[in-house]
Amino acid sequence: MNRYRVQQAGFVLLGATALAVVVPILLILLIIIVRGWPALSWEFVTAMPRDGMRAGGLFPAIVGTLVLTMGTALVAIPVGVGGAIYLSEYARDNWLTNSIRLAIINLAGIPSIVYGLFGLGMFVLFLRFGTSIVAGSMTLAIMTLPVIISTAEESLRSVPQEFRTVSASLGGTTWQGIRNIVLPQALPGILTGIVLGLLRAAGETAPILFTVAAFYLPRLPRTPMDSTMALPYHLYVISTQVPGMPESLQYGTALILLTIVLSMNVAAAFIRSYFRRRRQW
Amino acid sequence: MRMTGLPEPKIRIQNVSYAYDRKQVLRSISLDIPDRSVTVCFGPAGGGKTTLLRLINRLNDMVDGTSLSGTILVGGQDIYAADTHIPTLRRKVGMVFALPLPLPGTIRENVLYGLKVAGVHDRGHLEERLEISLTQAALWDEVKDRLDGMASALSGGQQQRLCIARSLALEPEVLLLDEPTSGLDPISTAKVEESLQQLKSEYTIVIVPHSVQQAARVADYAAFVLMGELVEHGPGKTVFTTPKDSRTEDYVTGRFG
Repeated sequence: MNRYRVQQAGFVLLGATALAVVVPILLILLIIIVRGWPALSWEFVTAMPRDGMRAGGLFPAIVGTLVLTMGTALVAIPVGVGGAIYLSEYARDNWLTNSIRLAIINLAGIPSIVYGLFGLGMFVLFLRFGTSIVAGSMTLAIMTLPVIISTAEESLRSVPQEFRTVSASLGGTTWQGIRNIVLPQALPGILTGIVLGLLRAAGETAPILFTVAAFYLPRLPRTPMDSTMALPYHLYVISTQVPGMPESLQYGTALILLTIVLSMNVAAAFIRSYFRRRRQW
Repeated sequence: MRMTGLPEPKIRIQNVSYAYDRKQVLRSISLDIPDRSVTVCFGPAGGGKTTLLRLINRLNDMVDGTSLSGTILVGGQDIYAADTHIPTLRRKVGMVFALPLPLPGTIRENVLYGLKVAGVHDRGHLEERLEISLTQAALWDEVKDRLDGMASALSGGQQQRLCIARSLALEPEVLLLDEPTSGLDPISTAKVEESLQQLKSEYTIVIVPHSVQQAARVADYAAFVLMGELVEHGPGKTVFTTPKDSRTEDYVTGRFG
């Protein structure tokens, strides 16, 4: 009887800790929605800002965030997935491979503000891109690489070795096996990694602080060399630097950013489950 | 040693020794495998039979930390020569594994995978190969109405015959089978053994059986491998009924194994 009660207590405790994880996210959503809701309107989302950001809409910031995310994807996906394929399928167990892995681990640990300064020094100044979408995207891409490479590599490794053996025994080259069998099977995991990585990129402030973000730019970016507004940076500035900013605008901006990030997450979940249904092992 | 009175053997294994991770797995094995017959390579587990098979289609190239000495000739050609084109070799020497391993996809995609990666695109030719291979593997009647169904939906025995069809689609010269019926029920096993009897009129078949009884059932020629050594080989009837080596006799009669 005593042992049974102990087990019951254990279940309750563990259940409580699991619930405890959900509580913060619910609270965040609650507060942001309640305080940001009054600011939401069609104009808020689609119009250009006016009056030093105290009125008008967020449109350029939204577009800027989306453009930056796409730019990040353009660089981080090929390099990340390509690197993962190399590490998983071709690399031998030697010092070179181990150095690469070490480098990736270290990249993952670098604080985002340091990325921002790196981006400033490397892309904005040294390569003379100036404060631009290109500089911002490249900085964000490097920051996103470790996530994409790690998840993609793990996905590839989890595809059973038997498939590769069978492909080889039927006269397939390593690449043919990867292209026809391994990569399609690893797709759910790879896509998850990509979306998670891009999510982070979309929401980060520090890397774009010095590399691309403009505060009050009431027009859309015209070329990749343009700087642009972006939601995370925008939120930071209106919450700290602008006197007389109505609170609802701050929370409204946060709400928009949250909505974008969460919808990407939900889209990722759908993509994942679609491909998982087609998985064969 | 050559078996006298026979045409040029299809596969000649000459003095092959093989080590993996510094452990000696095969010791100086010399064996001729004749064409158009079933050669059985049998012996207790861990003896190196599977390893020997995988040397013939160079599948062990995928493993690091190995060392090989000796020569293997298939159809008169040294398959470990520097200019050997490995994918071509593997199309010539097909392999069926111990567990049914369907590739993800439909039955049609499975059977035609080898041809697809070989660059064959002619639809007519592909459909023809599809039917011929499935027929040779004794599977055509059971799947002809659902060629575009998932291969994973087939039973174990059907999947294994699918794997045989998959290798046959490439029109190999040699078929290596590593315990192909170990996971199968007796009826499926009988079907597979029956197809082997049909296939041997066109192919060189080397099989690692999963039991001595199976070996005795299917063997035209038999080779007994014990702990990496080739103990004895000869016509099937001889090796199983009047073995020359006492170790062979002990194993065949079930005194160990």
